[in-house]
Amino acid sequence: MPKISTIIYSVKQGTKNIKRNRMFSLASVGTITTCLFLFGIFYCILMNFQHIIKNAEQGVSVTVFFNEGITSQEIELIGEKIGQRVEVAKYDFVSAEAAWEEYKNTKLDPEHAASFGDDNPLENSAHYIVYLNDVEMQEVLVRYLQSIPGVRQVNNSEAIADVLSGVNKGLAFGTTAIIVILLGVAVFLISTTVTMGISVRRQEISIMKLIGATDFFIRAPFIVEGIIIGLVGAILPLGLLHVLYNKGIHYLMTSFSSPLKKADFIATGTMFKTLIPVCLLIGVGIGFLGSFITLGKQLRKIN
Amino acid sequence: MAGTYDINNDLRDIETPVILFQNVNKDYQKGTHAINNISFEIRKGEFVFIVGSSGSGKSTLIKLMLKEIKPTSGKVFVAGRELSRLKRWQVCKYRRTIGVVFQDFRLLPDRTVFENVAFAQRVIESPAREIRRQTPKMLSIVGLSEKHKSYPKELSGGEQQRVALARALVNNPVMLLADEPTGNLDPKNSWEIMRLLEEVNKRGTTVVVVTHNREIVDAMQKRVITMKNGVLISDNKKGGYAHAKN
Repeated sequence: MPKISTIIYSVKQGTKNIKRNRMFSLASVGTITTCLFLFGIFYCILMNFQHIIKNAEQGVSVTVFFNEGITSQEIELIGEKIGQRVEVAKYDFVSAEAAWEEYKNTKLDPEHAASFGDDNPLENSAHYIVYLNDVEMQEVLVRYLQSIPGVRQVNNSEAIADVLSGVNKGLAFGTTAIIVILLGVAVFLISTTVTMGISVRRQEISIMKLIGATDFFIRAPFIVEGIIIGLVGAILPLGLLHVLYNKGIHYLMTSFSSPLKKADFIATGTMFKTLIPVCLLIGVGIGFLGSFITLGKQLRKIN
Repeated sequence: MAGTYDINNDLRDIETPVILFQNVNKDYQKGTHAINNISFEIRKGEFVFIVGSSGSGKSTLIKLMLKEIKPTSGKVFVAGRELSRLKRWQVCKYRRTIGVVFQDFRLLPDRTVFENVAFAQRVIESPAREIRRQTPKMLSIVGLSEKHKSYPKELSGGEQQRVALARALVNNPVMLLADEPTGNLDPKNSWEIMRLLEEVNKRGTTVVVVTHNREIVDAMQKRVITMKNGVLISDNKKGGYAHAKN
Protein backbone atom coordinates (compact mmCIF):
# COMPACT_ATOMS: atom_id res chain seq x y z
CA MET A 1 0.00 0.00 0.00
CA PRO A 2 1.61 3.29 -1.06
CA LYS A 3 2.06 6.01 1.56
CA ILE A 4 -0.07 9.16 1.39
CA SER A 5 3.12 11.22 0.96
CA THR A 6 4.00 9.06 -2.07
CA ILE A 7 0.57 9.60 -3.58
CA ILE A 8 0.87 13.37 -3.05
CA TYR A 9 4.36 13.29 -4.54
CA SER A 10 3.07 11.33 -7.57
CA VAL A 11 0.26 13.82 -8.16
CA LYS A 12 2.72 16.74 -7.91
CA GLN A 13 5.19 15.08 -10.26
CA GLY A 14 2.41 14.10 -12.68
CA THR A 15 1.27 17.72 -12.81
CA LYS A 16 4.87 18.86 -13.28
CA ASN A 17 5.28 16.37 -16.14
CA ILE A 18 2.27 17.89 -17.87
CA LYS A 19 3.76 21.37 -17.53
CA ARG A 20 7.16 20.21 -18.72
CA ASN A 21 5.73 18.55 -21.83
CA ARG A 22 3.24 21.34 -22.34
CA MET A 23 2.95 20.95 -26.10
CA PHE A 24 2.50 17.18 -26.09
CA SER A 25 0.12 17.36 -23.16
CA LEU A 26 -1.95 19.95 -25.01
CA ALA A 27 -1.92 17.79 -28.14
CA SER A 28 -3.12 14.79 -26.12
CA VAL A 29 -5.82 16.79 -24.35
CA GLY A 30 -6.83 18.18 -27.75
CA THR A 31 -7.08 14.73 -29.28
CA ILE A 32 -9.06 13.24 -26.44
CA THR A 33 -11.30 16.32 -26.46
CA THR A 34 -11.86 15.87 -30.21
CA CYS A 35 -12.49 12.15 -29.85
CA LEU A 36 -14.91 12.54 -26.99
CA PHE A 37 -16.57 15.51 -28.64
CA LEU A 38 -17.19 13.46 -31.77
CA PHE A 39 -18.16 10.51 -29.63
CA GLY A 40 -20.59 12.76 -27.76
CA ILE A 41 -22.09 14.06 -30.99
CA PHE A 42 -22.54 10.54 -32.37
CA TYR A 43 -23.88 9.39 -29.04
CA CYS A 44 -26.44 12.20 -28.90
CA ILE A 45 -27.50 11.63 -32.50
CA LEU A 46 -27.68 7.86 -32.03
CA MET A 47 -29.60 8.06 -28.79
CA ASN A 48 -32.07 10.57 -30.22
CA PHE A 49 -32.41 8.55 -33.40
CA GLN A 50 -33.07 5.41 -31.39
CA HIS A 51 -35.49 7.36 -29.24
CA ILE A 52 -37.35 8.58 -32.31
CA ILE A 53 -37.25 5.12 -33.89
CA LYS A 54 -38.51 3.61 -30.64
CA ASN A 55 -41.43 5.99 -30.81
CA ALA A 56 -41.98 5.02 -34.45
CA GLU A 57 -41.72 1.35 -33.53
CA GLN A 58 -44.42 1.82 -30.99
CA GLY A 59 -46.65 2.83 -33.89
CA VAL A 60 -45.91 -0.41 -35.73
CA SER A 61 -48.66 -2.84 -34.93
CA VAL A 62 -50.01 -6.26 -35.82
CA THR A 63 -53.75 -6.77 -36.33
CA VAL A 64 -55.36 -10.05 -35.26
CA PHE A 65 -58.75 -11.04 -36.73
CA PHE A 66 -60.89 -13.88 -35.42
CA ASN A 67 -62.85 -16.74 -36.95
CA GLU A 68 -66.51 -16.14 -37.70
CA GLY A 69 -68.87 -17.00 -34.88
CA ILE A 70 -66.23 -16.78 -32.16
CA THR A 71 -67.57 -16.07 -28.67
CA SER A 72 -66.52 -13.08 -26.56
CA GLN A 73 -65.01 -15.48 -23.98
CA GLU A 74 -62.80 -17.01 -26.69
CA ILE A 75 -61.75 -13.51 -27.82
CA GLU A 76 -60.82 -12.66 -24.22
CA LEU A 77 -58.83 -15.88 -23.97
CA ILE A 78 -56.89 -14.97 -27.12
CA GLY A 79 -56.28 -11.52 -25.61
CA GLU A 80 -54.83 -13.07 -22.46
CA LYS A 81 -52.51 -15.25 -24.52
CA ILE A 82 -51.33 -12.22 -26.49
CA GLY A 83 -50.79 -10.24 -23.29
CA GLN A 84 -48.46 -12.92 -21.88
CA ARG A 85 -45.97 -12.63 -24.75
CA VAL A 86 -42.66 -10.77 -24.09
CA GLU A 87 -42.74 -9.23 -27.57
CA VAL A 88 -45.95 -7.37 -26.77
CA ALA A 89 -45.83 -3.82 -25.40
CA LYS A 90 -49.63 -3.45 -25.29
CA TYR A 91 -52.74 -4.59 -27.14
CA ASP A 92 -56.11 -2.97 -27.73
CA PHE A 93 -59.40 -4.62 -28.60
CA VAL A 94 -61.42 -3.05 -31.41
CA SER A 95 -65.03 -4.30 -31.68
CA ALA A 96 -66.78 -4.74 -35.04
CA GLU A 97 -68.90 -1.66 -34.26
CA ALA A 98 -65.89 0.47 -33.44
CA ALA A 99 -64.12 -0.74 -36.58
CA TRP A 100 -67.12 0.18 -38.77
CA GLU A 101 -67.48 3.53 -37.01
CA GLU A 102 -63.87 4.41 -37.68
CA TYR A 103 -64.08 3.21 -41.28
CA LYS A 104 -67.15 5.32 -41.86
CA ASN A 105 -65.53 8.39 -40.37
CA THR A 106 -62.24 8.10 -42.18
CA LYS A 107 -62.96 6.41 -45.53
CA LEU A 108 -66.53 7.25 -46.50
CA ASP A 109 -68.36 10.49 -47.18
CA PRO A 110 -71.37 11.04 -44.85
CA GLU A 111 -73.96 10.46 -47.56
CA HIS A 112 -72.46 7.16 -48.59
CA ALA A 113 -72.07 6.11 -44.98
CA ALA A 114 -75.72 6.93 -44.20
CA SER A 115 -76.86 4.65 -47.01
CA PHE A 116 -75.80 1.61 -44.95
CA GLY A 117 -78.31 2.46 -42.23
CA ASP A 118 -77.87 0.12 -39.23
CA ASP A 119 -76.07 -2.55 -41.24
CA ASN A 120 -72.47 -3.29 -40.32
CA PRO A 121 -70.55 -4.62 -43.32
CA LEU A 122 -67.57 -5.21 -41.03
CA GLU A 123 -69.53 -7.55 -38.79
CA ASN A 124 -66.69 -10.03 -38.60
CA SER A 125 -63.99 -7.44 -38.24
CA ALA A 126 -63.53 -7.32 -34.47
CA HIS A 127 -59.79 -7.46 -33.86
CA TYR A 128 -56.85 -6.90 -31.52
CA ILE A 129 -54.23 -4.27 -32.38
CA VAL A 130 -50.98 -5.55 -30.91
CA TYR A 131 -48.06 -3.13 -30.34
CA LEU A 132 -44.51 -4.50 -30.13
CA ASN A 133 -41.58 -3.86 -27.77
CA ASP A 134 -39.14 -4.27 -30.65
CA VAL A 135 -39.91 -4.45 -34.36
CA GLU A 136 -37.32 -7.17 -34.81
CA MET A 137 -39.58 -9.48 -32.80
CA GLN A 138 -42.46 -9.05 -35.21
CA GLU A 139 -41.84 -12.18 -37.26
CA VAL A 140 -41.75 -14.47 -34.23
CA LEU A 141 -44.86 -12.92 -32.77
CA VAL A 142 -46.83 -13.17 -36.03
CA ARG A 143 -45.96 -16.86 -36.30
CA TYR A 144 -47.22 -17.39 -32.77
CA LEU A 145 -50.41 -15.38 -33.32
CA GLN A 146 -51.23 -17.38 -36.45
CA SER A 147 -50.99 -20.59 -34.43
CA ILE A 148 -53.60 -19.53 -31.83
CA PRO A 149 -56.91 -21.38 -32.33
CA GLY A 150 -59.72 -18.99 -33.29
CA VAL A 151 -57.38 -16.59 -35.12
CA ARG A 152 -58.42 -16.16 -38.76
CA GLN A 153 -55.90 -13.67 -40.05
CA VAL A 154 -52.88 -11.69 -38.84
CA ASN A 155 -52.01 -8.48 -40.69
CA ASN A 156 -48.56 -6.92 -40.33
CA SER A 157 -46.13 -4.72 -42.19
CA GLU A 158 -42.82 -6.51 -42.68
CA ALA A 159 -41.42 -3.67 -44.78
CA ILE A 160 -41.60 -1.08 -41.98
CA ALA A 161 -40.17 -3.50 -39.46
CA ASP A 162 -37.28 -4.39 -41.77
CA VAL A 163 -36.44 -0.75 -42.53
CA LEU A 164 -36.47 0.32 -38.89
CA SER A 165 -34.44 -2.67 -37.78
CA GLY A 166 -31.92 -2.08 -40.62
CA VAL A 167 -31.48 1.59 -39.73
CA ASN A 168 -30.93 0.66 -36.09
CA LYS A 169 -28.24 -1.91 -36.90
CA GLY A 170 -26.50 0.33 -39.47
CA LEU A 171 -26.34 3.26 -37.08
CA ALA A 172 -25.00 1.18 -34.22
CA PHE A 173 -22.36 -0.45 -36.42
CA GLY A 174 -21.20 2.82 -38.03
CA THR A 175 -21.01 4.64 -34.73
CA THR A 176 -19.12 1.84 -33.02
CA ALA A 177 -16.58 1.69 -35.85
CA ILE A 178 -15.94 5.45 -35.77
CA ILE A 179 -15.65 5.53 -31.99
CA VAL A 180 -13.23 2.59 -31.92
CA ILE A 181 -10.98 4.30 -34.50
CA LEU A 182 -11.06 7.60 -32.60
CA LEU A 183 -10.27 5.94 -29.29
CA GLY A 184 -7.36 4.12 -30.92
CA VAL A 185 -5.94 7.46 -32.08
CA ALA A 186 -6.36 8.87 -28.56
CA VAL A 187 -4.52 5.95 -26.95
CA PHE A 188 -1.71 6.35 -29.49
CA LEU A 189 -1.33 10.05 -28.68
CA ILE A 190 -1.35 9.50 -24.92
CA SER A 191 1.28 6.84 -25.45
CA THR A 192 3.42 9.29 -27.45
CA THR A 193 3.08 11.92 -24.72
CA VAL A 194 4.11 9.49 -22.02
CA THR A 195 7.01 8.23 -24.17
CA MET A 196 8.19 11.82 -24.54
CA GLY A 197 7.82 12.34 -20.80
CA ILE A 198 9.88 9.23 -20.11
CA SER A 199 12.63 10.21 -22.55
CA VAL A 200 12.84 13.68 -20.98
CA ARG A 201 13.09 12.09 -17.53
CA ARG A 202 15.27 9.17 -18.59
CA GLN A 203 18.14 10.19 -16.31
CA GLU A 204 15.83 10.79 -13.38
CA ILE A 205 14.21 7.37 -13.84
CA SER A 206 17.60 5.73 -14.16
CA ILE A 207 18.71 7.37 -10.89
CA MET A 208 15.45 6.34 -9.23
CA LYS A 209 16.03 2.73 -10.23
CA LEU A 210 19.62 2.78 -8.96
CA ILE A 211 18.58 4.29 -5.64
CA GLY A 212 15.93 1.59 -5.18
CA ALA A 213 12.61 3.14 -6.17
CA THR A 214 9.74 0.70 -6.44
CA ASP A 215 7.96 0.21 -9.76
CA PHE A 216 4.93 1.93 -8.30
CA PHE A 217 6.95 5.00 -7.31
CA ILE A 218 8.41 5.31 -10.81
CA ARG A 219 5.18 4.64 -12.67
CA ALA A 220 2.70 6.56 -10.55
CA PRO A 221 3.53 10.11 -11.78
CA PHE A 222 3.14 9.00 -15.40
CA ILE A 223 -0.14 7.26 -14.66
CA VAL A 224 -1.32 10.42 -12.87
CA GLU A 225 -0.22 12.43 -15.92
CA GLY A 226 -2.28 10.18 -18.23
CA ILE A 227 -5.31 10.30 -15.97
CA ILE A 228 -5.21 14.10 -15.65
CA ILE A 229 -4.89 14.47 -19.44
CA GLY A 230 -7.80 12.04 -19.89
CA LEU A 231 -9.90 13.82 -17.29
CA VAL A 232 -9.35 17.30 -18.78
CA GLY A 233 -9.87 15.82 -22.24
CA ALA A 234 -13.27 14.54 -21.04
CA ILE A 235 -14.45 17.60 -19.14
CA LEU A 236 -13.84 20.04 -22.01
CA PRO A 237 -16.02 18.28 -24.62
CA LEU A 238 -18.71 17.59 -22.03
CA GLY A 239 -19.04 21.32 -21.36
CA LEU A 240 -19.05 22.10 -25.04
CA LEU A 241 -21.56 19.35 -25.84
CA HIS A 242 -23.88 20.49 -23.07
CA VAL A 243 -24.07 24.00 -24.52
CA LEU A 244 -24.38 22.76 -28.11
CA TYR A 245 -26.99 20.12 -27.29
CA ASN A 246 -29.18 22.63 -25.49
CA LYS A 247 -28.92 25.12 -28.34
CA GLY A 248 -29.23 22.46 -31.05
CA ILE A 249 -32.38 20.90 -29.63
CA HIS A 250 -33.87 24.32 -29.07
CA TYR A 251 -33.10 25.31 -32.67
CA LEU A 252 -34.49 22.09 -34.17
CA MET A 253 -37.69 22.35 -32.19
CA THR A 254 -38.31 26.04 -32.77
CA SER A 255 -36.86 26.72 -36.20
CA PHE A 256 -39.60 27.51 -38.68
CA SER A 257 -38.04 25.43 -41.45
CA SER A 258 -36.98 22.45 -39.33
CA PRO A 259 -38.44 19.14 -40.50
CA LEU A 260 -37.85 17.84 -36.96
CA LYS A 261 -40.08 20.39 -35.34
CA LYS A 262 -42.45 17.77 -33.99
CA ALA A 263 -39.79 15.22 -33.12
CA ASP A 264 -39.57 14.07 -29.52
CA PHE A 265 -35.91 14.65 -28.48
CA ILE A 266 -34.28 13.34 -25.32
CA ALA A 267 -34.09 16.07 -22.65
CA THR A 268 -30.61 17.52 -21.93
CA GLY A 269 -30.66 16.33 -18.31
CA THR A 270 -31.56 12.76 -19.27
CA MET A 271 -28.96 12.68 -22.03
CA PHE A 272 -26.09 13.98 -19.89
CA LYS A 273 -26.96 11.76 -16.95
CA THR A 274 -25.45 8.95 -19.03
CA LEU A 275 -23.05 10.93 -21.20
CA ILE A 276 -21.11 12.50 -18.29
CA PRO A 277 -20.08 9.24 -16.57
CA VAL A 278 -19.48 7.52 -19.92
CA CYS A 279 -17.17 10.32 -21.18
CA LEU A 280 -15.34 10.62 -17.85
CA LEU A 281 -14.83 6.87 -17.74
CA ILE A 282 -13.57 6.77 -21.34
CA GLY A 283 -11.27 9.79 -20.81
CA VAL A 284 -9.75 8.47 -17.59
CA GLY A 285 -9.64 4.96 -19.03
CA ILE A 286 -7.77 6.09 -22.15
CA GLY A 287 -5.37 8.14 -20.02
CA PHE A 288 -4.72 5.25 -17.67
CA LEU A 289 -4.40 2.57 -20.34
CA GLY A 290 -2.31 4.73 -22.68
CA SER A 291 0.22 5.53 -19.97
CA PHE A 292 0.16 2.08 -18.35
CA ILE A 293 0.87 0.18 -21.57
CA THR A 294 3.59 2.64 -22.65
CA LEU A 295 5.28 2.58 -19.25
CA GLY A 296 5.66 -1.17 -19.35
CA LYS A 297 7.41 -0.97 -22.72
CA GLN A 298 9.55 2.12 -22.13
CA LEU A 299 10.74 1.50 -18.56
CA ARG A 300 12.20 -1.87 -19.52
CA LYS A 301 14.61 0.02 -21.78
CA ILE A 302 16.03 1.99 -18.85
CA ASN A 303 18.43 0.22 -16.48
CA MET B 1 8.55 -14.28 9.90
CA ALA B 2 10.76 -17.37 9.66
CA GLY B 3 12.42 -17.80 6.31
CA THR B 4 11.63 -14.30 5.08
CA TYR B 5 14.53 -12.85 3.18
CA ASP B 6 15.54 -9.33 4.18
CA ILE B 7 18.61 -8.35 2.23
CA ASN B 8 18.98 -5.16 4.23
CA ASN B 9 19.45 -7.06 7.51
CA ASP B 10 21.55 -9.73 5.84
CA LEU B 11 23.91 -7.10 4.45
CA ARG B 12 24.29 -5.35 7.77
CA ASP B 13 24.71 -8.39 9.97
CA ILE B 14 26.69 -10.94 8.06
CA GLU B 15 30.24 -12.06 8.50
CA THR B 16 30.18 -13.65 5.04
CA PRO B 17 31.51 -11.50 2.16
CA VAL B 18 29.42 -8.48 1.24
CA ILE B 19 30.27 -9.14 -2.40
CA LEU B 20 31.42 -12.44 -3.87
CA PHE B 21 32.19 -12.95 -7.58
CA GLN B 22 32.52 -16.62 -8.61
CA ASN B 23 33.94 -17.30 -12.07
CA VAL B 24 31.95 -14.46 -13.59
CA ASN B 25 31.96 -13.85 -17.35
CA LYS B 26 30.15 -11.09 -19.14
CA ASP B 27 29.84 -10.93 -22.92
CA TYR B 28 27.95 -8.10 -24.55
CA GLN B 29 25.74 -8.73 -27.58
CA LYS B 30 28.28 -7.20 -29.93
CA GLY B 31 30.56 -10.08 -29.05
CA THR B 32 32.78 -8.10 -26.68
CA HIS B 33 34.11 -10.09 -23.71
CA ALA B 34 33.79 -7.46 -20.99
CA ILE B 35 35.07 -9.66 -18.17
CA ASN B 36 36.55 -13.14 -18.17
CA ASN B 37 36.31 -15.62 -15.34
CA ILE B 38 36.52 -13.11 -12.50
CA SER B 39 36.51 -14.31 -8.88
CA PHE B 40 37.00 -12.16 -5.78
CA GLU B 41 35.29 -11.21 -2.57
CA ILE B 42 34.83 -7.99 -0.66
CA ARG B 43 34.25 -8.13 3.07
CA LYS B 44 32.23 -5.84 5.25
CA GLY B 45 33.99 -2.56 6.06
CA GLU B 46 36.67 -2.87 3.38
CA PHE B 47 37.88 0.01 1.19
CA VAL B 48 38.70 -1.38 -2.25
CA PHE B 49 40.07 0.31 -5.36
CA ILE B 50 39.35 -1.32 -8.70
CA VAL B 51 41.88 -0.02 -11.21
CA GLY B 52 42.72 -0.62 -14.84
CA SER B 53 42.80 1.11 -18.18
CA SER B 54 39.69 2.01 -20.19
CA GLY B 55 37.83 -1.08 -21.41
CA SER B 56 39.43 -3.30 -18.78
CA GLY B 57 35.99 -4.22 -17.37
CA LYS B 58 35.94 -2.05 -14.23
CA SER B 59 32.58 -0.42 -14.89
CA THR B 60 31.09 -3.79 -15.86
CA LEU B 61 31.97 -5.01 -12.36
CA ILE B 62 30.05 -2.08 -10.87
CA LYS B 63 27.07 -2.74 -13.14
CA LEU B 64 27.07 -6.39 -12.10
CA MET B 65 27.19 -5.39 -8.43
CA LEU B 66 24.23 -3.08 -8.97
CA LYS B 67 22.37 -5.80 -10.88
CA GLU B 68 22.05 -3.44 -13.81
CA ILE B 69 23.26 -6.32 -15.98
CA LYS B 70 23.36 -10.08 -15.57
CA PRO B 71 26.50 -12.18 -15.88
CA THR B 72 26.73 -14.39 -18.96
CA SER B 73 27.99 -17.13 -16.67
CA GLY B 74 29.21 -17.44 -13.11
CA LYS B 75 27.60 -16.09 -9.98
CA VAL B 76 27.54 -12.78 -8.14
CA PHE B 77 26.59 -13.07 -4.48
CA VAL B 78 25.61 -10.23 -2.20
CA ALA B 79 25.34 -11.05 1.47
CA GLY B 80 25.40 -14.73 0.57
CA ARG B 81 22.49 -14.36 -1.81
CA GLU B 82 22.89 -14.85 -5.55
CA LEU B 83 21.88 -11.63 -7.32
CA SER B 84 20.40 -13.34 -10.38
CA ARG B 85 17.90 -15.05 -8.07
CA LEU B 86 16.61 -11.81 -6.59
CA LYS B 87 12.99 -11.10 -7.41
CA ARG B 88 12.10 -7.76 -8.96
CA TRP B 89 10.84 -6.30 -5.67
CA GLN B 90 13.95 -7.56 -3.90
CA VAL B 91 16.19 -5.73 -6.38
CA CYS B 92 14.88 -2.33 -5.33
CA LYS B 93 15.24 -3.29 -1.66
CA TYR B 94 18.78 -4.44 -2.37
CA ARG B 95 19.69 -1.22 -4.15
CA ARG B 96 18.50 0.81 -1.18
CA THR B 97 21.42 -0.61 0.76
CA ILE B 98 23.93 0.62 -1.80
CA GLY B 99 25.05 4.18 -2.48
CA VAL B 100 26.30 4.99 -5.96
CA VAL B 101 28.48 7.84 -7.21
CA PHE B 102 29.31 8.39 -10.88
CA GLN B 103 31.99 10.31 -12.74
CA ASP B 104 29.34 12.52 -14.39
CA PHE B 105 27.58 13.16 -11.03
CA ARG B 106 24.09 12.41 -12.47
CA LEU B 107 22.35 15.16 -10.55
CA LEU B 108 18.90 16.34 -11.54
CA PRO B 109 19.53 19.70 -13.19
CA ASP B 110 16.08 21.12 -12.47
CA ARG B 111 16.33 20.55 -8.70
CA THR B 112 18.26 22.33 -6.03
CA VAL B 113 21.08 20.77 -4.02
CA PHE B 114 18.65 20.12 -1.17
CA GLU B 115 16.08 18.56 -3.50
CA ASN B 116 18.68 16.34 -5.14
CA VAL B 117 19.71 14.88 -1.81
CA ALA B 118 16.13 14.70 -0.54
CA PHE B 119 15.19 12.92 -3.77
CA ALA B 120 17.09 9.79 -2.68
CA GLN B 121 15.03 9.67 0.49
CA ARG B 122 11.81 10.52 -1.27
CA VAL B 123 12.38 7.63 -3.67
CA ILE B 124 12.53 5.12 -0.83
CA GLU B 125 9.46 6.75 0.69
CA SER B 126 11.14 8.13 3.82
CA PRO B 127 8.79 10.22 5.99
CA ALA B 128 8.91 13.97 5.30
CA ARG B 129 10.16 14.64 8.83
CA GLU B 130 13.06 12.26 8.31
CA ILE B 131 13.89 13.97 5.00
CA ARG B 132 13.90 17.40 6.66
CA ARG B 133 16.18 16.10 9.41
CA GLN B 134 18.58 13.95 7.41
CA THR B 135 19.18 16.11 4.31
CA PRO B 136 20.72 19.16 6.06
CA LYS B 137 22.81 16.80 8.18
CA MET B 138 24.25 15.13 5.10
CA LEU B 139 24.84 18.48 3.35
CA SER B 140 26.72 19.61 6.41
CA ILE B 141 28.95 16.50 6.30
CA VAL B 142 29.92 17.20 2.68
CA GLY B 143 30.31 20.94 3.43
CA LEU B 144 27.50 22.26 1.26
CA SER B 145 25.02 23.55 3.82
CA GLU B 146 25.20 27.06 2.48
CA LYS B 147 24.56 25.99 -1.08
CA HIS B 148 21.39 24.02 -0.41
CA LYS B 149 19.33 26.34 -2.60
CA SER B 150 21.76 26.29 -5.54
CA TYR B 151 21.13 24.37 -8.74
CA PRO B 152 23.77 21.92 -10.05
CA LYS B 153 24.80 24.23 -12.90
CA GLU B 154 25.72 26.89 -10.31
CA LEU B 155 28.22 24.54 -8.62
CA SER B 156 31.79 23.56 -9.45
CA GLY B 157 32.60 19.95 -10.43
CA GLY B 158 33.87 19.18 -6.95
CA GLU B 159 30.75 20.60 -5.36
CA GLN B 160 28.52 18.62 -7.70
CA GLN B 161 30.34 15.44 -6.80
CA ARG B 162 29.90 16.23 -3.12
CA VAL B 163 26.15 16.60 -3.71
CA ALA B 164 26.19 13.23 -5.47
CA LEU B 165 28.07 11.78 -2.50
CA ALA B 166 25.56 13.26 -0.05
CA ARG B 167 22.76 11.73 -2.11
CA ALA B 168 24.50 8.34 -2.11
CA LEU B 169 25.03 8.42 1.65
CA VAL B 170 21.80 9.96 2.86
CA ASN B 171 20.04 6.59 3.15
CA ASN B 172 22.86 5.18 5.27
CA PRO B 173 24.02 2.54 2.75
CA VAL B 174 25.94 -0.58 3.74
CA MET B 175 28.13 -0.31 0.66
CA LEU B 176 29.19 2.65 -1.48
CA LEU B 177 30.09 2.10 -5.13
CA ALA B 178 31.95 4.99 -6.76
CA ASP B 179 32.58 4.78 -10.51
CA GLU B 180 35.46 7.17 -11.36
CA PRO B 181 34.32 9.68 -8.72
CA THR B 182 37.32 11.95 -9.35
CA GLY B 183 37.37 11.57 -13.12
CA ASN B 184 36.07 15.10 -13.76
CA LEU B 185 37.73 16.82 -10.82
CA ASP B 186 40.95 18.75 -10.21
CA PRO B 187 43.46 17.31 -7.70
CA LYS B 188 42.26 19.45 -4.80
CA ASN B 189 38.61 18.43 -5.26
CA SER B 190 39.66 14.83 -5.94
CA TRP B 191 41.38 14.65 -2.58
CA GLU B 192 38.40 16.26 -0.90
CA ILE B 193 36.14 13.53 -2.30
CA MET B 194 38.58 10.79 -1.29
CA ARG B 195 38.79 12.21 2.21
CA LEU B 196 35.00 12.03 2.45
CA LEU B 197 34.97 8.45 1.13
CA GLU B 198 37.57 7.45 3.70
CA GLU B 199 35.49 9.08 6.40
CA VAL B 200 32.44 7.12 5.25
CA ASN B 201 34.49 3.90 5.30
CA LYS B 202 35.69 4.58 8.84
CA ARG B 203 32.05 4.70 9.93
CA GLY B 204 31.64 1.11 8.74
CA THR B 205 30.45 1.47 5.16
CA THR B 206 32.11 -0.81 2.62
CA VAL B 207 33.55 1.41 -0.14
CA VAL B 208 34.40 0.24 -3.66
CA VAL B 209 36.05 2.87 -5.87
CA VAL B 210 36.70 2.38 -9.58
CA THR B 211 39.41 4.82 -10.62
CA HIS B 212 42.22 5.75 -12.99
CA ASN B 213 43.82 8.07 -10.47
CA ARG B 214 47.23 6.56 -9.80
CA GLU B 215 48.29 9.26 -7.36
CA ILE B 216 45.31 8.70 -5.08
CA VAL B 217 45.54 4.90 -5.19
CA ASP B 218 49.26 5.01 -4.40
CA ALA B 219 48.81 7.46 -1.56
CA MET B 220 45.88 5.79 0.18
CA GLN B 221 47.42 2.30 0.44
CA LYS B 222 44.14 0.40 0.39
CA ARG B 223 43.22 -2.91 -1.21
CA VAL B 224 43.68 -2.69 -5.00
CA ILE B 225 42.08 -5.01 -7.54
CA THR B 226 43.64 -4.53 -10.97
CA MET B 227 41.83 -5.39 -14.18
CA LYS B 228 43.24 -5.73 -17.67
CA ASN B 229 41.25 -6.70 -20.78
CA GLY B 230 38.46 -8.11 -18.65
CA VAL B 231 40.79 -10.23 -16.53
CA LEU B 232 41.62 -9.71 -12.86
CA ILE B 233 45.41 -9.59 -12.93
CA SER B 234 46.14 -8.74 -9.31
CA ASP B 235 44.46 -8.27 -5.95
CA ASN B 236 46.71 -6.59 -3.36
CA LYS B 237 45.43 -6.28 0.16
CA LYS B 238 47.31 -3.06 0.78
CA GLY B 239 49.07 -1.49 -2.10
CA GLY B 240 49.26 1.17 -4.76
CA TYR B 241 48.61 1.48 -8.44
CA ALA B 242 52.25 1.11 -9.32
CA HIS B 243 52.60 -1.79 -6.96
CA ALA B 244 49.64 -3.49 -8.61
CA LYS B 245 51.22 -3.23 -12.02
CA ASN B 246 54.11 -5.42 -11.00
